[in-house]
Amino acid sequence: MTPATPTTAVSLFDRRPLYFDRSLRRNRINRFCTALVALFAMIAVLPLFLVVFYVMLQGGRLIGFSMFTELPPPPGLEGGGIGNAVLGTIVVTLLASLIAIPIGVGGGVYLNEYSKRGLFAQFVSFGNDVLAGVPSIISGVFVYGVVVATRLFFNQSYSAMAGGIALSVLMLPTVIKTTDEGLKLVPQELRWGAYGVGASKFVTVMRVTLPAAFTPIATGVVLGVARAAGETAPLIFTALFSPFWPEGIFNPIATMSVLIFNFAIMPYEAQNELAWAASFVLLVMILAANLVSRWISRMASRT
Amino acid sequence: MTSERLPAQEGAVAAPAEDLFTLRRRPPAERLIDIGFRQLTLCLAAMVALVLLGIFVVVLQGAQEAMGAFGLRFLTTSAWDPVNGEYGAFIAIYGTLVTSLLSLLIAVPLGVGTAIFITEDLLHRSIREAIGLLVELLAAIPSVVLGLWAIFVLEPGIRPALRLLHQWLGWIPFFGTEPQGPGMAPAILILVVMILPIITAISRDALNQVPIELRQGAYGVGTTRWGAIVSVILPAAVSAITGGVMLALGRAMGETMAVTMIIGNALNFDLSLLAPGNTIASMLANQFGEADGIQVSALMYAALILMLLTFSVNVMAKWIVRRLSLRY
Repeated sequence: MTPATPTTAVSLFDRRPLYFDRSLRRNRINRFCTALVALFAMIAVLPLFLVVFYVMLQGGRLIGFSMFTELPPPPGLEGGGIGNAVLGTIVVTLLASLIAIPIGVGGGVYLNEYSKRGLFAQFVSFGNDVLAGVPSIISGVFVYGVVVATRLFFNQSYSAMAGGIALSVLMLPTVIKTTDEGLKLVPQELRWGAYGVGASKFVTVMRVTLPAAFTPIATGVVLGVARAAGETAPLIFTALFSPFWPEGIFNPIATMSVLIFNFAIMPYEAQNELAWAASFVLLVMILAANLVSRWISRMASRT
Repeated sequence: MTSERLPAQEGAVAAPAEDLFTLRRRPPAERLIDIGFRQLTLCLAAMVALVLLGIFVVVLQGAQEAMGAFGLRFLTTSAWDPVNGEYGAFIAIYGTLVTSLLSLLIAVPLGVGTAIFITEDLLHRSIREAIGLLVELLAAIPSVVLGLWAIFVLEPGIRPALRLLHQWLGWIPFFGTEPQGPGMAPAILILVVMILPIITAISRDALNQVPIELRQGAYGVGTTRWGAIVSVILPAAVSAITGGVMLALGRAMGETMAVTMIIGNALNFDLSLLAPGNTIASMLANQFGEADGIQVSALMYAALILMLLTFSVNVMAKWIVRRLSLRY
């Protein structure tokens, strides 16, 4: 009577030992799937290495001092540099940052510090997500319609300012989002402490809350600026291009990204080489900004 | 002990406090600054809504003329004829949908697989973090640089493979033309490179948020690692992953530069993936600067279609995340 249960148990173990058996079907499937995702991960990082390798190879050998001091040559001629485009990218990105950062930080402060997450705030953060999803070329179309076609600034159509505005439309959602998220991380006790010693809300935000959230906001903003610096689509018909040195912010201006686009499809060797050189400069700038901002945020979170 | 001491201490502090501190009224300047600052941030926040509304109004107003002239015929005809003023965006709409959906088809398994690889404890943590960082850096490469790379490296590199594809599967209309340089197939591959980081990053976050108890429970009833992943962890994360995939779809539809440089910007319709095609975004990038008259309006109409497509995809992504969330 009693041995009934042990016998079934013993027979179960006889049939199927509890040792790990590599040849079992489920273990074979396990190994196969692991190998498969390892392969996928390798495929996923492959393009980065290929792109960076080629840009370093093709663009790196062209980089010299004259690359930054000379103008691009007329089609068909050799030599020249991308000095005006490097300067132009800096100017346009700076303009975009000057517009987008104050607006974005202010909007983020409103969302997190002032709003009670009511209907308006919900609408703003929803609109922010939608704006982040708007294709970059559409923001170019928008600025073309508002600024370029109407000749808003001193009767100038294409201008560096228009390009800066178009880029700022792209940066705005990122800045608002990172400010909002960064301020969420500030402990409530800090605000209470500031109110406790008699600070007004304005002083609390400016002197306590924003400085406390500086690192996450700065990291996000740097990433957003780096992203905007490489954007091309909004600039093609707002900032246009210019083969000359920048002539103020109300005239067309050359940028590296538009230079790459224009010169890549030209049938001239010299122009193609300049496109590679501009890619090199742009890529080094953007990857450096990315790595530095990540490094800073890691340093800050450790201390 | 503490409860006894506390009142005494409070009394001790409170007594001199009356002499040292006086209640002060807030000076009007301070109050004005406070109110002013609040209104200022409110206005800045409203800028988002204003810009969004502005984009919509500008594009809609620009498209008015073409909408009146072509109506819904614009969506189904493929004439693009500046001489006769006859426009239809079918090629571009077809190209936008086909390139984005096919690139998604390739990028989703790759991205989710990579995310599983870097969230499971298969390798040492530092190596997995390094892979994650590399994939994120891929997202930082400007689209125009990827386009340049696609023109000079990717497209010549894959042309032999595409030619083989044409030889073997040429009887399928999708591979019916001889590959000769720019085309939809390289555009799809470069789109994969661009949306892979989004899918990987969002899937990784989703998988990391699955409670450890679910995994422990699965292992406790004796499943293997992949049994747990497929039947417990992925279902728990599926809503966030789907949301990320939809976001990636929106990005793929609106992606401009790299696609413009490699897709060939065809004006004639061809079902084949190996032939040159066109997308709405690349059409805008190529023609908007030089267009005038009703062509501008037709391009605005196309831009409106693109906006509505990406908008609905993004809203659907939000809806999916909210509705499909498993409650555990």
